[in-house]
Parts: sequence; structure tokens; C-alpha cells
Amino acid sequence: MVTIVVLAEQSNGQARRASLECIGAACATGSDVLAVSFGVGAENAALALGKAGAKEVICLSSSGAYSSDALAADLAKIVQESGAKAFLAASSATGKDVAPRVAAHLDSTLFSDVIGFGSTGGAFQVVRPWLAGKAIATLSSNGGIFCATTRPNVFAASEAGSAPKITQRAAGAGGKATVTAIEAKVAGKLDVKEAAVVVSGGRGMKGPENFGLIENLATAFGNAATGASRAVVDAGWRPHAEQVGQTGKTVAPQLYVAVGISGAIQHLAGMRTSKAIVAINKDKDAPIFKIADYGIVGDALEILPALTAAVKVARSQH
Amino acid sequence: MKIVACVKRVPTTEAIAKPASDGLSLDPTGWQYMLSFYDELALEEALKAKEKFGGDVTVLTLGPSDASKEVRECLARGADSGVILKDADPASRDPRSTAKALAAKIRALGAELVFAGRVATDRDNAAVGPMLATYLGWACVTEVHALVLSEGGGTAKRETEHGVETVSFHLPAVITCNKGLNEPRRSSLKGIMGAKSKPIAEEAPENVPNQSVVLKVEMPPARKAGRIVGEGAAAVPALISALRNEAQVL
Ligand SMILES: Cc1cc2nc3c(=O)[nH]c(=O)nc-3n(C[C@H](O)[C@H](O)[C@H](O)COP(=O)(O)OP(=O)(O)OC[C@H]3O[C@@H](n4cnc5c(N)ncnc54)[C@H](O)[C@@H]3O)c2cc1C
Ligand SMILES: Nc1ncnc2c1ncn2[C@@H]1O[C@H](COP(=O)(O)O)[C@@H](O)[C@H]1O
Repeated sequence: MVTIVVLAEQSNGQARRASLECIGAACATGSDVLAVSFGVGAENAALALGKAGAKEVICLSSSGAYSSDALAADLAKIVQESGAKAFLAASSATGKDVAPRVAAHLDSTLFSDVIGFGSTGGAFQVVRPWLAGKAIATLSSNGGIFCATTRPNVFAASEAGSAPKITQRAAGAGGKATVTAIEAKVAGKLDVKEAAVVVSGGRGMKGPENFGLIENLATAFGNAATGASRAVVDAGWRPHAEQVGQTGKTVAPQLYVAVGISGAIQHLAGMRTSKAIVAINKDKDAPIFKIADYGIVGDALEILPALTAAVKVARSQH
Repeated sequence: MKIVACVKRVPTTEAIAKPASDGLSLDPTGWQYMLSFYDELALEEALKAKEKFGGDVTVLTLGPSDASKEVRECLARGADSGVILKDADPASRDPRSTAKALAAKIRALGAELVFAGRVATDRDNAAVGPMLATYLGWACVTEVHALVLSEGGGTAKRETEHGVETVSFHLPAVITCNKGLNEPRRSSLKGIMGAKSKPIAEEAPENVPNQSVVLKVEMPPARKAGRIVGEGAAAVPALISALRNEAQVL
């Protein structure tokens, strides 16, 4: 049986959705999944990881401050000791930070942010975007351990698993760089990469003071994050963590709502694989309408409050 | 202090993607090139470190000879020298072979501090910085948007899904640069003139074969045509109904 090691992230004992999807991607190849949970509360996430399909969960006991290079060294050891053929992580901030180091320890290349993962005749294959999704490449590897990160919101998380075998393991000591403080995020605020719904505003929002309307619509949807075009990030209206596009974040939510965004090629590159796209723009010829599934032509400042109220009603009827 | 800025020449963000006739690569006809967006931040941060601690900045790229245009621009902004590791086949480079070739040269240069971009906007690997740090056995902080360097180390801030982390590290180190870290300077006329006499060495990279194998390159599936559901706030009910009954996201 082929084993795949998956880095499983959790916070406060709650497994992260993107990691459950990553386990789902690994299980779908028929492999056995060994999930590695780490940090305070690592044990509390183990059952959820089993339910998502992990046969075995290793909980790394946290010994002092978090260090991504120490974690990467531990993961590489676990991959080698378990004889795993592949290593996967979600392409979250942590996954993107740790997975390349694990790959280098294993002297293997890394396939980042994959949107397809499979195996044929024992060889793994991935599908990943090039040029921010302007082209799609199918790739395999001719050596090393197969290392990849999976894009959030693309793979299905399973709930068909059972209680996993759980083992404790002491985390390796040291670390060349350590986290000394974390400034916690406002509770409930989701990252654009992980949210099921992204509501983004552009220059058509007229000014930073109107972004409350964007936030309200996101709140009405629930499980939603707010995004932005580069024009408004550069103008200082919104933080750069919200920028969607070729030089920002690439997102693939169930629903992407572009409000007052023209649809420049660099913006489209970051959101064109969203499942459904809604555009609100006062210019009926704006390029964003070319890729939107549903468009409303008109003034965003007038439409947003009405849409927010209607979404609230629609969701309360469920 | 010996400082290195790793930079890559990438197609401009306006570049149109079209699979080449072999179906295994992209057709670069008509493309123009630029310094990858985040590498401009890496160069700027390297120049700031030199201004603070003295020493010199080497601009390092693995790529075609044509990348001398982008390297020359870095020299015009204030870097001291450039190295082009001449790559016969840049399009098929994987992050592992890139990181190994860069790490070998960085070791040979005797550098202590390396800046790279968070991601290069061509293959979007976001991998080469932390990989090369691991091959070197150095500290590495990725996606840094604020950095304070002191003698022998520093602290960096990076944004994650759970909040902003403060990371403390010792030199030697690799820092990958995110937006917000700095505002890259432009080259001055004096800088451009001065850059003409600065050295750019062209060398063969350490020969590391790729592991990554391309099986197929295609265009993304076209989105099916959408429609305008209406105008103004009056169109909201039609949109809600489409989201609920067709897209099934409500
Ligand atoms: C190297 C490079 C990298 C880039 N990377 C990115 C990136 O990652 N992400 C990104 O987004 N951009 C990026 N860009 C910038 C991109 O080219 C566009 O300039 C930017 O996306 C435009 O932002 P916008 O749509 O908010 O503004 P605009 O293009 O100015 O569009 C504003 C839109 O709002 C509409 N509007 C105006 N008033 C109203 C109203 N009252 N109600 C409704 N609609 C209204 C207008 O019709 C218009 O369509 C990059 C550019 C370059 C050169
Ligand atoms: N061929 C290259 N030459 C020099 N630096 C590179 C090269 N490829 C990647 N890098 C550096 O690594 C960063 C991340 O690249 P990537 O991992 O390919 O997204 C880039 O922003 C550069 O700083």
C-alpha cells in the first residue's frame, strides 16, 4: 500500500478545512494517509483527521516556540521513516512556508498550488496553473518523493473515514527562525484563499469609506471573505492581504462577487476558476462581464444594500 | 556584508498564453519581459541592507543571456554586480534544480543575507526561496512584509490565516519579500550611466537535472457564457433566484 504523508493544520484543536481537503485529495488516489498534526491542541484535531480519511495521525508535541524549519525537518524524517511515496500540504500560508523546505530535505522538487492530483500505475500526476491560470499544465516527476501543495476549495473533503491510529511524537528541538509573537486576527475574519464566498471591491466603490457595504454583503453570505483589486490596495483603501490577482492571491471560491472592478487581465488571472462569478458594474461593456455568470449593470452603492438584504432573507429561509 | 538579491525575468502580466505546437510548453511569440514583481522588492530590500550595514549587493539570476537587460536595470538602481547563470532551457526548470543552482553560487559568493521574491509570477511556485535556504542550511522567513535587521540577525513579520507572525532569526538567512515591505526606487540617469561599467558575469550553472516532467499544457476550460440579469437594485431578485436555483450557492 502506498502511504502519503499530509501536513494537517489546526487551530485550537479544530482541523483546518484546507487540510481536510488535502487529505481528501490524497485518499482519492487510493493511498493510505498518515496525517501529521502539530501545535497546541494537535491531539484534539486527530479524530476529525481520521474522519476525513487519515488512517494514522502523528501528533507532534509542541516544545516551545513554533519554527517552520524545525517542523519541516520533523516532517521529512516522518516521510522517510514511514516509507511514504508522497508528501502533501495545503497551499495555505503555513503550507507554502513549510512544504518547500520538506521537499528540499527530501531532495525532491515541489508542485505548488495544484488543482488536480492523481496516480496512474503508481506514478503521481498533478494539474497546476501556469501564469496564474492563463494556462494549465499536467506534470509528473521522474525522481524523489512526490511533494505538492493543494489549492484550497478545489478538492472535496471526505467524512467517510473512521477512528485513526494516534501516536504522539516529540517535536525536534531548535529551529533557525522562531515565531516570537502572533497578533491574532479579528475573530471570524476569513482569508480570501480559504473562504467559500469572496466579495471583492474595486475602484468603482469610490472610496475606502464605502467598503462597509462590501463587508456587510460578505457577512450576509457567511463563510465569506472580502477581497480587493490592486488599484484599491495601491491606493491604500484596503490591506494588501486582500488583493486578488496575478500579483496578489489566486482564489477559487464557490462564489466570487466583483463589485466596481473592471476585470483587467491581471485581476481575472486570480479569480477566473471560481465556480460562479457575479459582477456588479455601472459600465455594461466592462470586461468583467465577459467572464461573469451573472451580471447587474448599475451603481454599486445603490445595489449593494438591496443585495445584502435579499441575501439575508434568502439565507434565513434555509 | 555580502548581500544577494535573487531575481527572475518573467513575461509581463499582459502576456497572452498559448500552448506551443508540441503541447508541452507555452509559445513565447510576442511576449515582453520584466523583472518579476516581488523581485523588485527583494532588490530594494537588499539595497536598504547595504545602506545600513555596508558591503555589496550581487544580483543573481538563473536564466537566458537576455536577462542581462533586467540585471542591468538592477545595477542602475544601485546593485554592485550581476551574475547570470546561463540556462539553456529556462522554460523547463523546476524549483528544486533552480534552488540548487542558486544555492551553489550563493555559497561560492560567501553571502550572508539573501533576498528573494515571495513568488515569481510565471510558474507561481513560491518555493525557490525556502528551498534554497534549506539546501544552504540557513534560516528563512517567507512572505515578509516588515523587516528589522540588526547585527547578526533580525525580526520579520508575515501574514498567515491566523494572524500576523513575528519571526526572529539569525544570519545567515534568506528572506522572501511580500508586498508592503518597501517601495522600490526607480533608476536615475546617473544610475543608468554608472551601471554601464558594472560587471555582469555569465557562468554555467551547476548541472542539476530536472525532476519535473511536463505531460501536457492546455488552455483553461472556457467559462460558459454568462448573462446580465438586469439593471440596478431592481435586478436583485433575479440574481438571488439565479444564485439559488442555477448556481446553487445560496
Ligand atoms: C504588473 C502588474 C500586476 C498587476 N497585478 C494585479 C493584481 O494582482 N490584481 C489586480 O486586481 N490588478 C492588478 N494589476 C492592475 C490591473 O491592471 C488594473 O489596473 C486593476 O485591476 C484595476 O482595478 P479596478 O478594477 O478596481 O479599477 P478600474 O480599472 O478603474 O475599474 C473600476 C471599475 O468600476 C466601475 N465603476 C465605477 N463607478 C461605479 C459604480 N458607482 N458602481 C459600479 N461600478 C462602478 C467602472 O465601470 C470600472 O469598470 C496589475 C497591473 C500590472 C501592470
Ligand atoms: N531562475 C531564477 N533565478 C533567480 N532567482 C530565482 C529564479 N527562480 C526563482 N527565483 C527566486 O525565487 C523567488 C520565488 O520563485 P518561485 O519559487 O519560482 O515562485 C523569485 O521571486 C526569485 O527571487
